[in-house]
Amino acid sequence: MNVLKRVFLFYYEGFKSMTVGKTLWMIIIIKLVIMFLVLKPFFFPNYLKTNFDTDEERIDHVIKELTKPVISD
Amino acid sequence: MLNQMLLSSVVEWSRLQFALTAIFHWFFVPLTLGLSFIIAIMETIYVKTGNEFWKKVVKFWMTIFGINFAIGVATGLILEFEFGLNWSNYSWFVGDIFGAPLAIEGIFAFFMESTFIAIMFFGWNKIGRKTHLTASWLTAFGANISALWILVANGWMQNPVGMKFNPATARNEMFNFWDVLFNPSAIAKFLHTITSAYVLSAIVVVGVSCWFLLKGREKIFAKKSIIVASVFGLLSSAALIITGDTSANNIATTQPMKLAAMEGLYKGKEGAGLSVIGLLTPGKEAGDKRDAFVFNIEIPKLLSIMGYRKVNAFVPGVEDLINGGFQYTDSEGKTVAALSVEEKIRRGKEAIASLAKYQKAKKEGDNIAAEGAESDLMKNMKYYGYGYLNSPSSVIPNVPLCYYSFRIMVGLGFLFILVFILTLWVAMKPAGPMPKWILRLSILSVPLVYIASQAGWIVAEMGRQPWTIQDLLPTVAAVSRIDASSVMITFFLFFVLFSILLIAELKILFGQIKKGPGIASNNQPSK
Repeated sequence: MNVLKRVFLFYYEGFKSMTVGKTLWMIIIIKLVIMFLVLKPFFFPNYLKTNFDTDEERIDHVIKELTKPVISD
Repeated sequence: MLNQMLLSSVVEWSRLQFALTAIFHWFFVPLTLGLSFIIAIMETIYVKTGNEFWKKVVKFWMTIFGINFAIGVATGLILEFEFGLNWSNYSWFVGDIFGAPLAIEGIFAFFMESTFIAIMFFGWNKIGRKTHLTASWLTAFGANISALWILVANGWMQNPVGMKFNPATARNEMFNFWDVLFNPSAIAKFLHTITSAYVLSAIVVVGVSCWFLLKGREKIFAKKSIIVASVFGLLSSAALIITGDTSANNIATTQPMKLAAMEGLYKGKEGAGLSVIGLLTPGKEAGDKRDAFVFNIEIPKLLSIMGYRKVNAFVPGVEDLINGGFQYTDSEGKTVAALSVEEKIRRGKEAIASLAKYQKAKKEGDNIAAEGAESDLMKNMKYYGYGYLNSPSSVIPNVPLCYYSFRIMVGLGFLFILVFILTLWVAMKPAGPMPKWILRLSILSVPLVYIASQAGWIVAEMGRQPWTIQDLLPTVAAVSRIDASSVMITFFLFFVLFSILLIAELKILFGQIKKGPGIASNNQPSK
């Protein structure tokens, strides 16, 4: 039996024989789906990547932000 | 005025959201860091003795470890989402400093943890005992090495070293990876954090075991678990005290304002004592004539010793740090007079103006003017972040929060030492009734250890306010120009999501604990 098949069977049988682990994997999958398919695209777009097309534009924006007076208190 | 209020609102909501996410993430991390080692120690006993009893002990604690790991996994990624949306100026300004440590962390987290955890859980009866044991130890080391890279990144924010600011890109560029890795703040933070995680894990094992003893169940399992965990906890507590002292010494040099806030020290003194317990004067502000404390019990000279390794060293207070003028030894070993915050603000504003001039000159193609502006910027770069502040008092963190959080963390840390000693004594007793108050105290210590752990982070993170990057970038300049309402919505969204996850974990966890390891009473460990 080749190595890849043995590795596959190792994981396959491991997952199959799980008890509480199955519930945990469900939680992990639901969590990752919420995080990457809902939160990230709809609620947490990367501000600089989505609002500017090039690094030059991003640099200009950040420098503008960093060099204009900001009131802290 | 409206702009100020809106900005403040975005900053405050973004900070609150980050705090919520980080606190939630930190509910899971420390147990992974420490319990993995406790399991590896227990499994070593199993392999050495060959007694099946220890295998069952290991399997029970592995289940607890697995539940905690599964619920906690990837919760830290949300912090990265927040960096990208809420803290875009900061993310850009940090440049590639975070890139290398976080990439290495990702590789370790993914390959080491996922590979060896799988072997730990699926490998029983499929691979040899010693190979399985090796996987368990590697899981523990892998988890801790992952933590190292995250804490290197955090240490850099507390004490930025090993980089140079590039005014053309507005980014910091790493020029010495080893300076970043061996940054004294990062090393102190890493060691203090992991040792605190070991204490937390030991308390969880002791607390759960004491619950079994209180219920009169699984007595041998509980006692053996307590012996391993309490010895591990005592050794970790000793290391925690040493690393705590190292952290205090490091903070005295790199973040003296944080140390002053932690101690409620407004007026500096030579031979300063360490406050053991005290009541801060409500509403006390720097510069007013009121005493800092309503009452204060302190250990004479200890703060000077911890901070500067000299009995009569001068420890600057909040007011000294604002007004400057006192003598201190700088990073190059020279004795110099401290600048006032007002002067630092002036130099910081000059640095910001130089950056603006540099950009203007570059756009106009005036390289000579650009070089001059860059030179001016570099002269004042170490005060750059002060340029965003308009009042010297802006550099004062929340003193009561830092002071009381620090005392909660340290006070509980000493309570846990007592718990380890008492429970070790209970577990070593050959027979006889077990004092129920000790068992109850140990069970109560489980929520308390999480409070202590979170309190430590509150001291570390609130104590460095107003900075996201010490002296270089305050929170007010680090935040994105986004609508506060969107941050508010996601804050409550996270609150609901995290609450559901936490309830799910606790439900599964308590269910497994109630089920117990199922070790028959006649299946006892060999002597």
